[in-house]
Amino acid sequence: MSGDLDQGRIVIVGASLAGLRAAETLREEGFTDSLTVVGDEPHPPYDRPPLSKQVLLGKAAADATVLPTRRDPDADWRLGVAATGLDPAGKRVLLADGVSLPYDRLLIATGTRARPWPDPAQAALDGVLTLRTSDDAARLAERLTAGPRRVLVIGGGFTGSEIASACRERGIEVTVAERGPAPLVGALGGTFAKLAAGLQRAHGVDLRCGVTVTALRGNGHFTGADLSDGSRVDADVCVVAMGAIRNTEWLADSGLAAGRLGVACDAGCRVFNAYGIVTDDVFVAGDVARFPHPLFEYQMLALEHWGNAVAQAEVAAHNMVSPGPLRRPHLTVPVFWSSQFGVNIKSVGVPSFSDQVVIAQGSLGERRLVAVYGYRGRVTAAVTVNMAKWLEYYQGLIEAAAPFPPGPGAADGSPLVTEFPVPSNVPDPRGLLHGPTVALTGHLPDRRLTLVRPGGIRPGG
Amino acid sequence: MAVDTLLERITDHANRADPYPLYAELREAGVVRQTDGSYLVGTYYDIAALLHDPRVSSDPRNLAAPYRDLAPEEGMLSFIRLDDPEHHRLRGLAMRPFGPPHSPGRVDAMRSQIASITAELLEALDGRTRIDVVEDFAYPLPVTVICRLLGVPREDEPVFREWSATIIDFADIRPGQDPAERRTIGEQALTEMGRYLVDLAEDRRGHPGDDMLSAFVNEPGPGGAFTREELAATAVLLLVAGHETTVNLIANGALTLLRHPDQLDRLRRVPDLLPLAVEELLRYEPPLQIRQRTPLANIDVAGVTIPKGAPLVLVLASGNRDPRRFRDPERFDPTRTDNQHLGFGGGIHLCYGAPLARIEAQTALGALIPRLSTATLLQDPPAYRHNAMLRGPRHLHIDL
Repeated sequence: MSGDLDQGRIVIVGASLAGLRAAETLREEGFTDSLTVVGDEPHPPYDRPPLSKQVLLGKAAADATVLPTRRDPDADWRLGVAATGLDPAGKRVLLADGVSLPYDRLLIATGTRARPWPDPAQAALDGVLTLRTSDDAARLAERLTAGPRRVLVIGGGFTGSEIASACRERGIEVTVAERGPAPLVGALGGTFAKLAAGLQRAHGVDLRCGVTVTALRGNGHFTGADLSDGSRVDADVCVVAMGAIRNTEWLADSGLAAGRLGVACDAGCRVFNAYGIVTDDVFVAGDVARFPHPLFEYQMLALEHWGNAVAQAEVAAHNMVSPGPLRRPHLTVPVFWSSQFGVNIKSVGVPSFSDQVVIAQGSLGERRLVAVYGYRGRVTAAVTVNMAKWLEYYQGLIEAAAPFPPGPGAADGSPLVTEFPVPSNVPDPRGLLHGPTVALTGHLPDRRLTLVRPGGIRPGG
Repeated sequence: MAVDTLLERITDHANRADPYPLYAELREAGVVRQTDGSYLVGTYYDIAALLHDPRVSSDPRNLAAPYRDLAPEEGMLSFIRLDDPEHHRLRGLAMRPFGPPHSPGRVDAMRSQIASITAELLEALDGRTRIDVVEDFAYPLPVTVICRLLGVPREDEPVFREWSATIIDFADIRPGQDPAERRTIGEQALTEMGRYLVDLAEDRRGHPGDDMLSAFVNEPGPGGAFTREELAATAVLLLVAGHETTVNLIANGALTLLRHPDQLDRLRRVPDLLPLAVEELLRYEPPLQIRQRTPLANIDVAGVTIPKGAPLVLVLASGNRDPRRFRDPERFDPTRTDNQHLGFGGGIHLCYGAPLARIEAQTALGALIPRLSTATLLQDPPAYRHNAMLRGPRHLHIDL
């Protein structure tokens, strides 16, 4: 560190994984002055992945997932109070309790929240829930323990699929309503999603694809839902798992490039203003950030991944206390995992950035495989089912922009199926009910440019 | 000296005490074809990539031509020498009673037993002023732990120890010994031990105890149980792969700490550093120095094409000292945190017993450290075993 970068006032807005890791990193890198962390939830930073897994299975309490700290970040914690505005010229963050917090450098790590059911009256029915926070998880776990006759899950993304898996493991009947052709289609493409659909049905999920939920019914209590195919599902609990909304509303009047798709930044996590000019005192990390990734043609990626939150927070914090030449880019290859229906799914790269997919190891029949994704002849992603230990090899191929399909010779008895790459069938995100966990928020692989306007995405150029 | 004789020099017993200059020479040279046709790799990132490469086989039957067996004691049917899907099936069956997801508490539940075995061994040394850390302490600990895990009755432990001594010496041929005779004796011990363990398991069928052999025969996986031959090979493998490695980890640890009195003192004062210190030992003086593999296709590594079927020798201990991966790699630093060493290998064959080995080493060294503080090393370097792959002292005499 040089100059006075280890001094001054740093404010972090967001007290979850990215906010905590950034605070720790700032201290590790020698920042000694005033550090304030603002969080809208009253809880100290906690871990979210167990909320849709162990907590729903009753194996862990919802309030038992507090994140371990690497060191005491020695911060002034403002928990239970949301940020409501930002004045970049006056360098102040406005809080819901009227406080105006001055800063010299700011880190935005406000993440996302669960997308609510669009009809407020229906959403208010007792038994209609979402799953994002530990309070949400506590409520849902309690409902599951009470032994509902049936749970309706709206949305077959990762969260919805994990909820359905927990229900089946607890012996609870569950219906999943998915607007796309199969679960996980947005993140992993239609070809892989067939495997996911098979898994759900094999575990007794009543899976309805290609349908939407048109109305939630009930008189005070949720009793069932109407589907677009004219059918009706009777259930006691409804979990709305339609993806996430990025928490950027508080930045609406800030003049920063913040909106529905997130907060745009450069490769060093510095936020752009609405003119595309980079700031030097406002940084962003975690789910709310959109950043250009050189491995994926510098498209602006927004990743709702645990590993990305950690890696990006560390880079942002480093850059906040480092002079220009010592700053680092955020180049981490995206990785995420999910456990559901007895299998471990792990992904590296960006599967939705693809036009073809091959099964490189294992087979669909064994439910143990490596699917490798390619885009225009180079490897861009790999997804393993119960074969995560191979992932590092494919990460190397992605980083090296290796030719797709990869060469033959796998040491597992079934040679690479390189003769048969098939389309990965990545859908247009607009057609999905839930958001994919990787959003190519710049443009789809086959589009040159997408303009963002109020009211939606419009392909252009 | 010519780099194409590096493997010869690494396996030469004269260099066992300090192979690290040879490893530095190897990293400098890149991937090198040896005069015996094998290919030697010693840089961290190349080794890590090859350990995760699906085109690299662990099955010696994929060798294009016969090659010397660096680890004959591992046997042919054990999963350490098989590829998927057979490896996956057998390792999965072996893992069911040992680790997550089916038995997440097994290894942790061994802690108190390991502590009491350690205490018993040290108690027996009370009053002695001179001990051999290897024979008196490091050697009996892991074999006793494995006996308890598998469910070998206490009265059979001595005969079990004899077999394991014979098996360990099997691959450790000393000058002047007849290799063929050693092989016969070693293979016989392997067979006898396998038969003993299978018979023991059969006795438990229908009336299981809380041991792994009982679980193997009474709680089969969804795809079925071990065959008799597979059970023998697996049970023997657990001993072979878990015994000498742990002996060497403890002995290398004691030796390293005696050579670094400041760090020894620090660990005595701050025992909480022990878990990190054991990771650093696994990097700095790993028991497992070398693994052998076979490429199933021509593979390009650092600009060299390693042909399909050629013996591929990964010098893990060299990767552990690679300055492009580890800062100040020649320094023993028990507080090192960025320490993703290759001491347990990597990829699908990542050491099955690693969680157990960690607890054994932490417990054993933790108990030994107070005594080491006042100890003198009688011979430095000590006499080493012949084995270059599993490297460690044969004796470590100290005055207390």
